[in-house]
Amino acid sequence: MASSNAEFSRKMCGIVGLFTKNPAFEDRLGDYLSSMLIEMSDRGPDSAGVAVYRNPTKNDGVKLSLFSADDSYPWKTLARELGKELGDKIGIEVRASHAILVVHEDFPVIQAWLRFNHPDLKVMSAGNTIEIFKEKGLPKDVVERFKLRDLKGTHALGHTRMATESAVTTAHSHPFSTGLDLCLVHNGSLSNHNRLRQVLTREGIEFQTDNDTEVAAGYLTWRLREGASLDEALEAAIKDLDGFYTFAVGTRDGFAVLRDPIACKHAVLAETDDWVAMATEYRAIAKLPGADKATIWEPAPAQVYSWGRA
Amino acid sequence: MTVMDLAKVSLREANQRLHGIAQGSNDLDWRLTNPQGAHAIAAGLDAPLSLTVDGHVGFYCGGMNKQAEITINGHAGPGVGENMMSGVIRVTGNASQSAGASGRGGLLIIGGDASSRCGISMKGIDIVVGGSVGHMSAFMAQRGHLVVCGDAGANLGDSIYEAILFVRGKVESLGADCIEKEMRPEHTAALAGLLEKAGIDADPADFRRYGSARRLYNFNVDHADSY
Repeated sequence: MASSNAEFSRKMCGIVGLFTKNPAFEDRLGDYLSSMLIEMSDRGPDSAGVAVYRNPTKNDGVKLSLFSADDSYPWKTLARELGKELGDKIGIEVRASHAILVVHEDFPVIQAWLRFNHPDLKVMSAGNTIEIFKEKGLPKDVVERFKLRDLKGTHALGHTRMATESAVTTAHSHPFSTGLDLCLVHNGSLSNHNRLRQVLTREGIEFQTDNDTEVAAGYLTWRLREGASLDEALEAAIKDLDGFYTFAVGTRDGFAVLRDPIACKHAVLAETDDWVAMATEYRAIAKLPGADKATIWEPAPAQVYSWGRA
Repeated sequence: MTVMDLAKVSLREANQRLHGIAQGSNDLDWRLTNPQGAHAIAAGLDAPLSLTVDGHVGFYCGGMNKQAEITINGHAGPGVGENMMSGVIRVTGNASQSAGASGRGGLLIIGGDASSRCGISMKGIDIVVGGSVGHMSAFMAQRGHLVVCGDAGANLGDSIYEAILFVRGKVESLGADCIEKEMRPEHTAALAGLLEKAGIDADPADFRRYGSARRLYNFNVDHADSY
């Protein structure tokens, strides 16, 4: 069964997250996160992915991260076609198999247009600042392919995946985003994701894969849509999600970490005046400047840790 | 003193040099720098050496230690001093989960907080924690002492055998078959000795003792018909 395979697909895996407190660190966000990601290669050599929060759009623009399995996809043609449709100039930036488009239209309209006209494209994320890049391969190759070291931004999450049973595909890689500017990376496995997916689907949340992590991301999207704050949504997740997990969650201006009440999936947090970092293992954080002087601790079970920008 | 910089010497080479110290050697003062969170640093030592690790370490630092006195100036990842047999391991910072797991002897000192499952299945080790411990600490603990100067998380001493637990602060909850017990003079004396060895200035009178109610692990012949 694909779903049970999906549960086996994250027994290992590595997750990393970095939130800058000092703007001077924003210029090297991609560089630092890439080093963290590569350090977690042993935990996840199959695929890797990042969500980077950067370059907020102006005038209510929506930024889309699109993926095509075709390496030579004609992204410029797509941008021209979409621009003609909307009577707008579409900003586009291509990075390997992904392209970032900025459009001035409501996301559901764009989504419908893409589905109808370009069903081969996958929307990896949408929002004001989020960009997601994920791909099969060793973390170092993924970093190289997307030129992740060049990225500047305020905060970022990353994931290295070791799938032991289910298929290794771009779509099954993390991070998962199912809501505007929201993303989730996960180390662990959820046991009630099938039932929860049905419930959430009835609530209008859409899923692209059979992956349990995507259900957790969808669950948070639903809670936030119903008016919960990120902290409240995560508190509710402790009750509603059954399984083993360490989550790192990114929102437009925030970053949060949550472990299940048993807390056997590894996690470590570190904080300095300049940044907050989380990782599955400390050696990923050791790469950051000032790590030797950081306050370091293991996050307690079932406790929400969050940082945000005022 | 011999200094090995882990940015220049591989971890395997460093560990092999420490393992290679012959009985009777006078070369017993060692220092490791730049640990960068590497795993299994100084695991399996078996010589009365004094080793200082300057920086944060990864998983299983000092695991299976015999005789050596190891000081970690920083944070220790999961399983520090796991299955240690003798000697002393001192962590100046916090420790991640499972510190001193299944340790058979020696003394493990955590200056800050230890996370979940501290002293899980301990079998004779003494563990002194300057701060607090997380949930499920001393789970199935068989022998030895766990001293917690701060608070203990949920389910302390669940399914405990004959280990002795001392906690100064609050205990969130006791696990199955773990109860508070009377602090008799011999316990106060043992605790005072452990605090002194750990270099922690605390009054033994402020601690409470916890241990096994012995209702769970004994075979009760009166219940034989139930099996």
